[in-house]
Amino acid sequence: MHNISSWAWEIGKKLIADTGKWKDMFENIEEPYVSPDGEKIAAVVKTGEMEFSVCENDAPWERRFDKVWYLKFGPDNRLTALVSDTGAWTVAVDGDVWENTFDFVWNTKFGTDGKNITVAAQKEMEYFAVTNDIPWETGFSSLSNLTISRDGKRVAGVVPTVDVSEGEIFKFQEGCYSAVVDGKPWDTNFVNVWDMAFSHDSEHVAAEVRTSLYDYTIAVDGVPWDKIYTSVWMPQFSPANGSVTAPVRIAGKWTLARDGNPFWNRSFAQLWHHMYSPDGKKIAAIVAPKFGRWTVAVDGKPWSLTFGDLVTEAVFSPDGNRVACIGKEDGKWTIAVDGKAWGGVYDMVWQPVFSPDSRSVAAKAEKNGRYTIVIDGKPFKDSYKALGDPVFSPDSEKILIKGIEGDADGGKYYRQVLPITDITG
Amino acid sequence: MAEPAIKNSEQIDKIVDEGIDTGIARLTPEKIEQVINKVLKTETGARLKTYVETCVHCGLCSEACHYYLSHDNDPKFSPAGKVKQTIWEILKKKGKVDPEFIRRISRIASTECNLCRRCAMYCPFGIDVAYLITIVRRICHMLGVTPLYQQDTAHSHSANLNQMWVKEDEYIDTLQWQEEEAQDEIPYLRIPVEKEGAEIFYSVIAPELKFRAQLIYQAAVILNVAGVDFTMPATPGWDNSDLCMFTGDNEMMGRLKKAHFETAMRLKVKRIVMGECGHAFRSVYDVGNRWLAWKMPPIPVIHAVEFYYELIKEGKIKIAKKYEGAVTFQDPCNISRGRGLHEMARYVVNATCEEFIEMHPNREHNYCCCAGGGVINAGPPYKMKRIKGNRIKAEQLFAAKARGAKVVIAPCHNCHGGIEDIIHHYGLDMELYFLGDIIYKIMEKPV
Ligand code: SF4
Ligand code: SF4
Ligand code: SF4
Repeated sequence: MHNISSWAWEIGKKLIADTGKWKDMFENIEEPYVSPDGEKIAAVVKTGEMEFSVCENDAPWERRFDKVWYLKFGPDNRLTALVSDTGAWTVAVDGDVWENTFDFVWNTKFGTDGKNITVAAQKEMEYFAVTNDIPWETGFSSLSNLTISRDGKRVAGVVPTVDVSEGEIFKFQEGCYSAVVDGKPWDTNFVNVWDMAFSHDSEHVAAEVRTSLYDYTIAVDGVPWDKIYTSVWMPQFSPANGSVTAPVRIAGKWTLARDGNPFWNRSFAQLWHHMYSPDGKKIAAIVAPKFGRWTVAVDGKPWSLTFGDLVTEAVFSPDGNRVACIGKEDGKWTIAVDGKAWGGVYDMVWQPVFSPDSRSVAAKAEKNGRYTIVIDGKPFKDSYKALGDPVFSPDSEKILIKGIEGDADGGKYYRQVLPITDITG
Repeated sequence: MAEPAIKNSEQIDKIVDEGIDTGIARLTPEKIEQVINKVLKTETGARLKTYVETCVHCGLCSEACHYYLSHDNDPKFSPAGKVKQTIWEILKKKGKVDPEFIRRISRIASTECNLCRRCAMYCPFGIDVAYLITIVRRICHMLGVTPLYQQDTAHSHSANLNQMWVKEDEYIDTLQWQEEEAQDEIPYLRIPVEKEGAEIFYSVIAPELKFRAQLIYQAAVILNVAGVDFTMPATPGWDNSDLCMFTGDNEMMGRLKKAHFETAMRLKVKRIVMGECGHAFRSVYDVGNRWLAWKMPPIPVIHAVEFYYELIKEGKIKIAKKYEGAVTFQDPCNISRGRGLHEMARYVVNATCEEFIEMHPNREHNYCCCAGGGVINAGPPYKMKRIKGNRIKAEQLFAAKARGAKVVIAPCHNCHGGIEDIIHHYGLDMELYFLGDIIYKIMEKPV
């Protein structure tokens, strides 16, 4: 999310759209999406026979398409959709379409400020990325793992760099794939390249690679570490010093390595999704200290609280001193913060969000088919038919709730700003 | 019955397989010894030792194996016989075996055992021969000796996270195409893609995209009519299948399952419902999740058979008119022996078909289709071997046919492939369906 301080933060509740009425306006309405600032709600709608559009705050876009999918708001609250007009695919942004058309487009991605919009595209069986309507100059025979830099200006992916046909197993094993950055492949080929990350300055790319059927390592700008492992997971760059860390598997156990050297001094039954605190000084990761038990480890030290089903979507507080995550035990979901679980359990919870001052944590939660916002373990008294993610005000004192009220038949979408004390008491 | 001595062990078939032949040409006895001992030392433990020490060579497991029965009780196809020719020999010789030996064990492990675990039920000590054969496959993988077609499938898994080289856009395009087709029948129908917070992630395997798109169509009809809140992802991670589990590439198996479960977590679904596939269920429910340190699947996985059972039992799918032909039912090993879904399957068959004729043996005692365990993925070179290796299935089906069965229902992709070949080769003249085919045919649909 971007530019939060420019959003409306006055306490109050505002009706944005009477979504219940949309039923009378269109033949069919798909699931709604809400903009980050909560000022807009939109859905793909059917306007006629084989004719679709997007309804945004009670009014459809002027243009009609024969197909619309992948509705997504960018961080700057612009609304994108992937649209096809007589079989030619492109991207629509706030109702205007890009000039270029393709045989298919998918996987819309945004930089942090939302200015740069990238999709994967295929035209005449050539695959490439397109950013703000500008396609790569070179196409490839496929493209996967589309990844963008923080600022959205640079785009990477995985492409075949050597022609290899199905069944050519020994050629495949010599290495026929590489990473491609802004349309230019690395010089080195690998058996496989998977998840990758850009450095914080967008200058470098690190990726999981397999150099033979058995040897896994991390390659940075095409150069593999000189150590090999029996497996690796996605690498990350340190925002502080540009070094690269990755979970690596050694003798059946997982640990964290940095630039090819051991980094954390203990190992786990599993370790993945590591992340840096905003200042780059700390690293947290989701770990299984032993088979079947899951938690978060900060700088290699696991919480004593563990979950049996899973831990996911961990996040650092802005000041880097706290970590929150989703945990699930016996089929019930909750949020844990700094090694302590919230009391309540839910049918589902969404990624926790820290307030800018790092003091409070909010999350969207679901119980019995209704949704609410929970702050620091305390659920808001109202529940909703559908709900966007909560957003704290820049001063951390208020919370933005984007909720559709009503039941299955009707519904009104409201944007509401509350003091957090209305929830936490 | 004592275990007969192994004859004809030198009678290896002469099938040309570049995956095996080229792999063998690259081996040296030193490399073999080193790899074998590394696998044995670092990846096996008490279980292997116990099994090997416990087996009394009684041969009680022999008649459990369809290969043995189909080859006129040839001992080299008995479970213990296969173990004797492979892992026992390896242990006895402490890994000092030659490349030709590896050729033989690769063939045995990859194309003469379906890892169906039927034999484990008949061993008085519960020795799991499938586990032992899996170790042999792992050794062969580490030595680079795997049948070409199987290895190619494993490569596709690694490059695309699906088993049939399906590209990201082809997958999404197929869903949209099936959605459009099905809308001709049910105008309000949708295949919602990337619908975060849906109740269910419906996951499929790549052959449904490539060859059996009608299954996606039918599933969409069933799910829409039943009013199920479901979604399918628009990213890799949609394919629940896993041939890497069968080639012994455990690391890739883990990577595939991670992608699958993380896709479910990202979509915020409560359950994964998977199509009619047996081995994929084994991978997501048992083997793959555990390799990643999840004791159980982090998001519950429901096999289609169990899901249909729920839909019919809860009245979400109503039967307009039962299917009229007399049917018999193939219990897939991975969901009957592996998961105990056979009674639910019978509930569904009885609810949807006029006449159900059991084949014998059945339920958890059913014979494997001889396609599972990755064997069908060894490809055309082994097709006849696979068909001949399951003459007993032909006899079993024929007996059901003699009692009136005209249709075989097989709720597993591999079973389907295997049984289709058996029906043709042995001239059984029976029709073959998935459960979804039947439900789609006879369910009440909005007019
Ligand atoms: S095919 Fe089945 S019965 Fe035969 S040896 Fe393998 S696991 Fe046992
Ligand atoms: S595996 Fe069991 S049944 Fe088979 S020979 Fe050994 S002890 Fe007997
Ligand atoms: S294919 Fe079907 S019967 Fe055969 S092993 Fe798989 S689940 Fe078993």
